[in-house]
Amino acid sequence: MKRLKLTLAVVALISGSVPALAGGPRIVYAEKFADRNCGWCHGPSLQGFFKAPRLAGQTSRYLENQLLNFRSHARNDPLAKQYMWGAAANHLSLQMVHGLSVYLSRLYPKPADDGQRALAARGRAIYRGGIPEANIPACVACHGPDAQGAAAQGAGQIPRLGGLSYYYLKRRLEQWGEGYNATASRPMPDIASKLSVNEIDALASYLSFVR
Amino acid sequence: MQVLNLRPALPAAILAIVFLGLGLADGTGNAHGLGAHRAYAAPVRGYRAGGLQGKIRYCEDCHGPSGQGYRGYLPIPRLAGQTPQYLENELQDFVQGRGEEAHHSINLSEVHHLNPQMQTALASYFNTLNPRPIGGAPRRLVAMGKTIYEAGLPDANVPACSVCHGPSAEGHGPIPRLAGQLYPYTIMELERWDRERNQAGPGTPAVMRRVAHSLSNLQIEAVAAYLSYLE
Amino acid sequence: MAIIPRYLRLALPAAVLAIVFATVGRAADADKGTPFSQQQLQAKIQYCSSCHQPSGQGFLGATPIPRLAGQQPQYIKNQLHAFIDRRRVNFYMFKVAHSLNPAMLTAIADHFHALNPPPLGGGPPNLVDAGKKIFEDGVPDAKIPPCSTCHGPEAKGKGPFPRLAGQLYPYIVKTLTNFEKERGQGGPQNPDTSAIMKPIAHGLTESQIKAVAAYLSTLG
Repeated sequence: MKRLKLTLAVVALISGSVPALAGGPRIVYAEKFADRNCGWCHGPSLQGFFKAPRLAGQTSRYLENQLLNFRSHARNDPLAKQYMWGAAANHLSLQMVHGLSVYLSRLYPKPADDGQRALAARGRAIYRGGIPEANIPACVACHGPDAQGAAAQGAGQIPRLGGLSYYYLKRRLEQWGEGYNATASRPMPDIASKLSVNEIDALASYLSFVR
Repeated sequence: MQVLNLRPALPAAILAIVFLGLGLADGTGNAHGLGAHRAYAAPVRGYRAGGLQGKIRYCEDCHGPSGQGYRGYLPIPRLAGQTPQYLENELQDFVQGRGEEAHHSINLSEVHHLNPQMQTALASYFNTLNPRPIGGAPRRLVAMGKTIYEAGLPDANVPACSVCHGPSAEGHGPIPRLAGQLYPYTIMELERWDRERNQAGPGTPAVMRRVAHSLSNLQIEAVAAYLSYLE
Repeated sequence: MAIIPRYLRLALPAAVLAIVFATVGRAADADKGTPFSQQQLQAKIQYCSSCHQPSGQGFLGATPIPRLAGQQPQYIKNQLHAFIDRRRVNFYMFKVAHSLNPAMLTAIADHFHALNPPPLGGGPPNLVDAGKKIFEDGVPDAKIPPCSTCHGPEAKGKGPFPRLAGQLYPYIVKTLTNFEKERGQGGPQNPDTSAIMKPIAHGLTESQIKAVAAYLSTLG
């Protein structure tokens, strides 16, 4: 009887781990890694928390690029410097960067819904039409009609914006105007630096509601 | 599915408060309220309107540095080296609300702000650019594409592209340059010709509709791959 | 006449013609080839029209594509055979001509012969008068006969002599300038009737070629 119980326990253990093994050890490890290290700031299930952006459902190539930009310091805004430089350089191998990005891109994203409702309509108009007289192109051309970003082969570094936090988007757009992150993400520095405060508020608000 | 683990809740809460504070200060040492007008010095503003130069940068934001094209949500075509007459015709189509479906869905109202002189200037400018093609198409299709491009498919009644578009796909007058065009863009145009060009102006010849319909998807991909590497 | 199926309506006369030509032994090759349907014929005509235009007017592509409208059927057929035999050299037309069912040639030629759009135009207007003079009087000093003697007073051609009226300006310039490079390539064992033009094309100066081309491009 004891032997039977032991056998059953071993069988249960093995069969319990088969799904994990089938998913690939890299993904399992990425999940554990992300929960333990990223969730502190990026929130449970990596849905974002305040100015630490939602990572769940982000295009994987974009995530990879950002992690590499943190390493290279191309992304040099203050929060990145304070929190991400160390993490990316010291704790992430290149293989890990890839595995992590893939894992995160497959998580289900939840919209932040934290923008100013009254500004959303204006934000939508800017998103879809740009501001021609100010030479601001329509965001939709690259970021897609549902702000889903571009994940196609050869593209893939265009992030999903839909449902990101108003506070995060607002800061990101402002930072380019302040001269940060100047070498990463062409053509964003050129575009975002032309936006006024009100336009940024409108865009960030609108996007926070997009599913 | 990970159940919310309460164990790290306390450190998380501490971090949250810290974060909040930092967020308000934003690491620059300046304080500002959420959503309120900022109190710090006005940031460096990009030049918002600036005649031809401003418009050029505006086009290049989407069409890529030096007009080489860009893989956005949809492939955004190369403008560099394009024949001025073709560019002007296209701009005219957009201004008058005709032309590519892609442009319609993107609601590119900006072209309404282009007067004819600006259109001519932009067309001339982009014609002079010559960056390397972006490439990236499958190499194995290039040989097949070259054959189709140069000789057409006589048995399928598909004329040789090179007769009108030129032996090096350089274009001619209103006939567009195809050399170096983005692989996914050429495919999109040919596969969706009716939807893309249905309401196009009188400049678009009827032959293209027949050609687009006569080519199989593989043939379209092959031609597109070949063209994408041409300089 | 009994009801004839559509697919036989053209095949039957074509077959008769083939037999007639074969027995009579005309200079032009017999219209051999397989029977074809109206649909196939129309598809081929559309194919020609892709470049030569549905109106047959010609087209200024990367290379000038000549007008076929109103062209002498015999001339068209001769040229198509010349392409196949490589007596006339043209990369595109060789492949095109090869893809044609020989039985169709008459029908295709007749189709284009019947078209009558206005000329495409676009040649330099200031050269037209000089061109008219050359066309009507020739260039006696260079022993060049008037073009009208063979091509007709209105340049509409006759039999094997091509219509020139309304032909594209850059096409005529290119043809006369490159005549020996493109035509008569068959060698002595495969003579080409267009060889008759060689001394003429050779004898004309560049400005004379441009003048006569300008004149012809305006003719309706």
